[in-house]
Amino acid sequence: MIYREAGQFKTSYGADQAMLPIAQDRWAVGAAVAVMLIVVPSIANEYMLQAVLIPFLILSLAAIGLNLLTGYAGQLSLGTAAFMAVGGYMAYKFTTAFPGLNLLVVFILSGVCAAGVGLVFGIPSLRIKGFYLAVATLAAQFFLNWTFNKVPWFYNYNSSGTITMPPRELFGVMAAGPEATAETRYFIALVVVIVLTVVAKNLVRGRVGRSWMAIRDMDIAAEIIGFRPYQTKLLAFAISSFYCGVAGAMYLCLYLGSAESEAYSIDLSFEVLFMVIIGGLGSLLGSFLGAAFIVLLPIFLTNAPQLAGFHMPIDVQKHIELMVFGGLIVWFLIVEPRGLARLWQIAKEKLRRWPFPY
Amino acid sequence: MKKLTTYGLGLVAGLAAIAATPAAYADDPQFFPMLVYRTGPYAPNGIPSANGMRDFYMLSNKRDGGANGVEIAVEECETEYNTKIGVECYERLKGKHGGATLVNPYSTGITYQLIPKAPVDEVPILSMGYGQTAAADGRVFPWTFNFPTTYWSQASAFIRYVGSEEGGMENLKGKKIALVYHNSAYGKEPIPTLEKLAGIHGYELTSLAVDHPGQEQKATWLQIRRLRPDWIFLWGWGVMNQVAIQEAAAIRFPMDHFIGVWWSGSENDVIPAGDAAKGYKAGTFHSVGATAQVHEDILEHIYGGDLEEAKKNNFGEVLYNRGLVNAMLGVEAVRTAQAKYGNRRMTGAEVRWGLENLDVGEERLAELGFGDFTRPIKVTCEDHEGSGPVLIQQWDGEKWSLVSDWIEPIREVVRPMIEEAAAAFAAENNITPRDCSAES
Repeated sequence: MIYREAGQFKTSYGADQAMLPIAQDRWAVGAAVAVMLIVVPSIANEYMLQAVLIPFLILSLAAIGLNLLTGYAGQLSLGTAAFMAVGGYMAYKFTTAFPGLNLLVVFILSGVCAAGVGLVFGIPSLRIKGFYLAVATLAAQFFLNWTFNKVPWFYNYNSSGTITMPPRELFGVMAAGPEATAETRYFIALVVVIVLTVVAKNLVRGRVGRSWMAIRDMDIAAEIIGFRPYQTKLLAFAISSFYCGVAGAMYLCLYLGSAESEAYSIDLSFEVLFMVIIGGLGSLLGSFLGAAFIVLLPIFLTNAPQLAGFHMPIDVQKHIELMVFGGLIVWFLIVEPRGLARLWQIAKEKLRRWPFPY
Repeated sequence: MKKLTTYGLGLVAGLAAIAATPAAYADDPQFFPMLVYRTGPYAPNGIPSANGMRDFYMLSNKRDGGANGVEIAVEECETEYNTKIGVECYERLKGKHGGATLVNPYSTGITYQLIPKAPVDEVPILSMGYGQTAAADGRVFPWTFNFPTTYWSQASAFIRYVGSEEGGMENLKGKKIALVYHNSAYGKEPIPTLEKLAGIHGYELTSLAVDHPGQEQKATWLQIRRLRPDWIFLWGWGVMNQVAIQEAAAIRFPMDHFIGVWWSGSENDVIPAGDAAKGYKAGTFHSVGATAQVHEDILEHIYGGDLEEAKKNNFGEVLYNRGLVNAMLGVEAVRTAQAKYGNRRMTGAEVRWGLENLDVGEERLAELGFGDFTRPIKVTCEDHEGSGPVLIQQWDGEKWSLVSDWIEPIREVVRPMIEEAAAAFAAENNITPRDCSAES
């Protein structure tokens, strides 16, 4: 009854090609953005912003990056954290070498560096597919992590090999470093994520996205109808790595503050891959839902027993948390193998017929 | 549809629950957040440390009536020795029970994360014998303390010990020393000091990295077999230590030439290697066993005289004892601050002053039950390390025993390096070192 597009006529090509053609969708997305921009910072406390929402936003961006590559272009990658590491380490190098450089420019430059590295590691994708490609990207993960640990130039020759984000301002406000408030960092992360999400949305529904999907669905057929697999696949690797690189730079600058190469370990690659799979392959909304599931659920499970009034030894609590979390992942994948985004789609279809389903 | 409603409700409830988490208490005890790891690959080392700290805090409440009448509150949070989870823990705990006043991160990675936050949150960090060595320069790091001694001091003390075993520092020339280290910020700490001393004393240093978590070390020990070093230093943590000792035994390396850092010398590290571990040595900055008065007090007040139950809680083990010393120094810092500000709950800034002016003499140690168990400590504004001496302990197959006197670190080499590293950190992070003569 409420979610129905009957009566919404499109009278121009522009209206027909709009990003969100249904009015209710536009309101819902607009309201969500408004809540995130205005309501959340005014009610959330520092713990909520710093430990929950900022990592959620940054990992959502990384999940979008991987989703472009794996969900849309069909190239399985296990090197996400490595491309994030490129972003993080290059952000550190850029901002220490040029202290006056605008932080947003630093993010973009880091993303460009990651895109370059992604291009190189994307070359094998022309010859190998599926699991074999996953193994090739796994090489990127280990090689890059090793490089950042081994070559002291990347961490400015300090003795511990740890990179620490120095204090930096953005438009006159402290944006990175310990004195930047959680609100500021949350705002920057949010704005970057919104802008890059809009870009991604337009990419995937345009010519580029369609060529990716053609390659994903059947590469030989795509080649026959005129898509060049080499350029298409490499473009997917470059853009995906750009997103991961920006996410990695924000991971260091806005969330961790200081990191060693272990922060971008293979575990993080798997985490982002799980986000994409649980959220839904080939769906931008799925990237956000998956990130929410993987980031928020463990924190909720950690806090839940205390809120419910149970006080148990923390090791027992941790073990229960791991079991429940693992169980939920399996359960979700059995109930809805196509991810949380698919659940949302089903909900929308049902909502159209509500309250008179037939 | 019903299923979907359930999902929706669950999500809303979950978010509400997360938002409502940090709760404030009305009455104000002195709160020590405890970042511990009782699960994960480092749990064998995390559990005894956590138990030791917990027992001493509880003992302070029961035996001494808290810190001059102020109750000591603790709350644990599980970090799995994972930096990200540790920071999440810190953020969650720092506002509880009236606010955290002193944090022991118990992980070098987490310490690095918290150092920039400390002055902003006004929560001083006591990273006892770990963390960032440069923090020993109190002018650049007012909020971070790593007494009684640091990794760099320890590395220099090891060289001095090896020198004395070889019959003099001049005999170090041409000797081969291998360092097997955990490939992380923690493991890399001693390398600059050892390299610098190699230049002075003419020994040959080979550094071999072992990646987290350290179960796979075959390649490393193959290299050592080829290298045939005279001495090996081990800078490991968790399961890596056990594997390294087993591997060393497998290549029949003489165990008494194999020395671990103070984090590589607990019962958990040597017992899995069995008899082969006999003779293995490690550094420490306190005595061994359950020999001090404080152990008797804990047995009486906490465990009601039940030694079996106490042993189940790692009573008297190396890392348990280290937890005791760590907790004792934290509580003493609060008492030092109370001497200046009055007997009430101390804020983070006041505890910081207490840490900086900490002066625990022999008499005070004896009163607390630590007589002869560890060395007196005096901290100053410039020197947050105390440059404390190091002991060497040896495993005889059943227990640890001390085999050396207190070994002084080579301060004239280490201190300038600390100041240099601190100055580099200050320059990179726009910190102006404070003037210690202006402090009161």
